[in-house]
Amino acid sequence: MTLDTAGSGTLVIILIMAVVTLLTRWGGVFAMSLVPISRRTEQFISAMSGSVLVALLTPMAVNGDNGARLAFLATAVTMLLLKKPLPAIAAGIIAAALFRQL
Amino acid sequence: MVNTDAELERLTRRDVWTGFKHLTPISLFVVVFGLAFGLAATQTGLSDYSSLLMSALVFAGASQFASLELWGAHVPVVPLIVTVFAVNARHLLMGATLYPHLRHLPPAKRYAVMFVVSDANWAMSMQAFGMGKPGLGILFGGGLALWTFWVLGTWLGIYFGSAIQDPVSLGLDMVMGCFLLAMVVGGKKDMRMVVIWVVAGCASMLAFWYLPANSHVVVGALAGGLLGALWMEKAK
Repeated sequence: MTLDTAGSGTLVIILIMAVVTLLTRWGGVFAMSLVPISRRTEQFISAMSGSVLVALLTPMAVNGDNGARLAFLATAVTMLLLKKPLPAIAAGIIAAALFRQL
Repeated sequence: MVNTDAELERLTRRDVWTGFKHLTPISLFVVVFGLAFGLAATQTGLSDYSSLLMSALVFAGASQFASLELWGAHVPVVPLIVTVFAVNARHLLMGATLYPHLRHLPPAKRYAVMFVVSDANWAMSMQAFGMGKPGLGILFGGGLALWTFWVLGTWLGIYFGSAIQDPVSLGLDMVMGCFLLAMVVGGKKDMRMVVIWVVAGCASMLAFWYLPANSHVVVGALAGGLLGALWMEKAK
């Protein structure tokens, strides 16, 4: 099933995203008021929240141009060295921009 | 300890304002992230009004960036729901850790506070609770500050984004990818986590090549999550 982004489709998509996000904000509190979350569930959730980002990024790196790959490399290295997201993102964008001017 | 439970868990207008001011310095960074989102959303083809509405109603940066990856003339609904849920699933854990401090509030107030829970105000309020200080003002007031600056940043990004002619040559198509990668690299890293990411990445790539379009996000997230549930961290 897909939704058209022309017309009111965009509004429906945004509302779906808002409701799903709200459920994650309320769900933890609500679940705990019934029964404490088990350790295995907690481990599943924390592994999944990083994995989904990796799953999004991998095809972007595999199918992207070398500028995109260089951007990811610059972001990862800067993040490991400085541990600050803003310089890391800036480094990635600058790397891609410089590479594409060549 | 001088503070009583009632003092620790009170939430007056003054507490909210104090919390708002407490999170304002961090919120200046949130403006820049919001700006990046506004830029990326404009390039993806969202109308100004839609980008702003998404930031105001969803208020969860990583999932908003992730949704842009699925954006096109048609948006697949199930991958969208799974992606947004998986990216934001960490809120479930935040709610669970906050529960002991929210338990005494009336339910309406309890869930109203949770409307604006995000990484920064959660971490700072947990720190305050840990030191025996009142944290609900930081949680709610700080959340309102983060929300305000996130929407403001998005608006700035839309404003500048529409003025840029050739975003790809400036590397601006990489804003979303680099943002998400910085979130991954900035998280907890150990041998277990790296193996989980590698498995998630490989599963995603296989699904990308051999399964229907857009299933790779779901497959990768589930593969990583299941491995995490089977191979648990050692108990502290």
